[in-house]
Amino acid sequence: MNIRPDPTFHASPKLAMEAPPESFAYTVLLSPDFSKPDALAVIDVKPGSSSYGQIVHTVTMPNKGDEFHHFGWNACSSSLSPLTGHAFLERRYLIIPGMRSSRIYIVDTKPDPTKAAIHKIIEPEEIFRKTGYSRPHTVHCGPEGIYISTLGGGGKNGTDGPPGVFIMDCETFEVLGRWELDRGPQTLHYDFWWNLPRDYMVTSEWALPPQFENGIVPEDLLSNKYGHRIHFWDLRARRNVQTIDLGANHQMALEVRPAHDPIREYGFLGVVVDTTNLEGSIWTWWREGGKFHIEKTATIPPEPAAKEQLPPLLQGFGAVPPLVSDIDLSMDDKFLYVACWGTGEMRQYDVREPRKPKLAGSVHIGGIARRTKHPNGKAFAGGPQMVEISRDGKRVYWTNSLYSTWDNQFYPDGVPGAMVMANAKPDGGLELAGDYWVNFPDGYRSHQVRLDGGDCSTDSFCYPSV
Amino acid sequence: MSAGDWTLASLWLAVIASGLYHGVNPGMGWPLAVSAGLMEKSPRALVAALGPLTAGHLLAMLLVLLPFALLVAVVEWQRTIQIGASLLVVGFGLFRLANRRHPRVLARISPAQLALWSFAVALAHGAALMLVPIYLGLCREAELDSGHAAAGALINTNLGMAVLVATVHAAAMVAAGGCCAWLAYRYLGLKFISQSWFNLDTVWAVSLVLVGAIALALSLV
Repeated sequence: MNIRPDPTFHASPKLAMEAPPESFAYTVLLSPDFSKPDALAVIDVKPGSSSYGQIVHTVTMPNKGDEFHHFGWNACSSSLSPLTGHAFLERRYLIIPGMRSSRIYIVDTKPDPTKAAIHKIIEPEEIFRKTGYSRPHTVHCGPEGIYISTLGGGGKNGTDGPPGVFIMDCETFEVLGRWELDRGPQTLHYDFWWNLPRDYMVTSEWALPPQFENGIVPEDLLSNKYGHRIHFWDLRARRNVQTIDLGANHQMALEVRPAHDPIREYGFLGVVVDTTNLEGSIWTWWREGGKFHIEKTATIPPEPAAKEQLPPLLQGFGAVPPLVSDIDLSMDDKFLYVACWGTGEMRQYDVREPRKPKLAGSVHIGGIARRTKHPNGKAFAGGPQMVEISRDGKRVYWTNSLYSTWDNQFYPDGVPGAMVMANAKPDGGLELAGDYWVNFPDGYRSHQVRLDGGDCSTDSFCYPSV
Repeated sequence: MSAGDWTLASLWLAVIASGLYHGVNPGMGWPLAVSAGLMEKSPRALVAALGPLTAGHLLAMLLVLLPFALLVAVVEWQRTIQIGASLLVVGFGLFRLANRRHPRVLARISPAQLALWSFAVALAHGAALMLVPIYLGLCREAELDSGHAAAGALINTNLGMAVLVATVHAAAMVAAGGCCAWLAYRYLGLKFISQSWFNLDTVWAVSLVLVGAIALALSLV
């Protein structure tokens, strides 16, 4: 406990942007064949440092087969909410869920990121017993502690009951139990985020474990059985207030990115693929007159490709779908970054008019058919995947792996871990940094990135930028 | 002024000082008024938010003081009541020292329910309890003036005193909190929110113990 609020807690997004830039990036590494334990890599991102762009520390886990995916901080700027009184927590522990094992690691990053070490391990049985959920996924710190979404319900296959969100104590890391009191029609889960002063939560849908653990199930995709709805909740009452169906052809409604400025009551949602035409799409949701609305505001078309360039899964289509696997919104709510994992493109949209995104920048790297190399000449397998934006909006980092079994289906040649960075221009425009390339250990893939002091997919704020 | 007058003046000063202390403490809610003002882009919203914050605080004070107001009418038990109340405050302070966990119920209150939040936070942190020894001291002083009044009149006097103490305290609280909120909103900026926030948990618990201990010492004199 601090005497003063952690200096990385900011009252508004504007103050977060003015804070010192990041010094370290944390990237989770996974062993796709489960032969080695997963790990957390600490990367030096201080420009001019002698170890710039290199892994300076690795925390290797004691178990195998965890499959690290998304992770988050124990505390962030949301702790400055006077309603909840957690202002003296430290942004110190990384909460890293194993999506395949349902085990959660708490990693202590103090006193120095290069000495980060495991603080506590929560075994899967505790999560099963206390929540009835499995396959923990997204982590956010919020009013009642640490919130963790799950992709599976109970039982071996994770299909006994719907998945949802559970709460963990933000000091003892004890699993407290389910968050939902009334889930309404919600039966699938993926991402979640919120607007704290307006007191609502938004959740999205991917699939149940049998539909993703052994790879994508093409029959289920073509018969539109993956998630295609978005749910809105009363955050404190823990109650579903509205569910909107995007239309069954809009398969896999994944990342939820609300505007950071809590005065703005809108946000974005990325949809992986439209089964009628293979395009990916961006949706804008907003609240008006107490009701939520959503509409498709940008589409990304598939790219034609010769059969020999395609993995067996896509050969029948003669085209590469963009596969919008991640989106991220800059702290000033001006630019939305869209990772097209299939076509190998990072798109930057100007979203100052949220319902009229305008393409402002783009870089190609990797991709199923294009296989664009990095400016340094190195091959980039896979495509742009988990994306993270620096608080000041000037640097955009991303990795290349999606999920072990899906990687193998779309990129059968393998997806060796890679992490790159692009510089973003203030008025739009994106350029890959030629000198930023992280070498990961052999046999590891890289997934989500977190920046010390917070980033654009971590922090939520209780005060508007003024 | 006689010794009694001095005691009376210092007790009223204590009512006001504790109000100011609660008011400037961000944990008692002024940053919520700043948030309301900024979210609505209007200073009126800031002022409007101070209303429910004060109402909640006042209600919490009354809820704790009123039972004592009825109790102290039992004149022959007055000393016992004072000792008991002092021990209660000391005990709660010690409990707050030992148990640093933030009451989870507070996290379940919506930002729209400011009065309820203010009421709950004042009870949970022992803000209302802190007033009890001061209030009992005031009753004693008042009683010296009125002599041995009939029980009915005494109850009325004590109830009136409880309302007065709670009101004066809440007025001081809203004045101090309102000033902080207004300064942050108008002049100092949002950075002031995190800069003005000190972890008062220990100080708060120790203040409770101190107030209780002083009251205990006085009641044993």
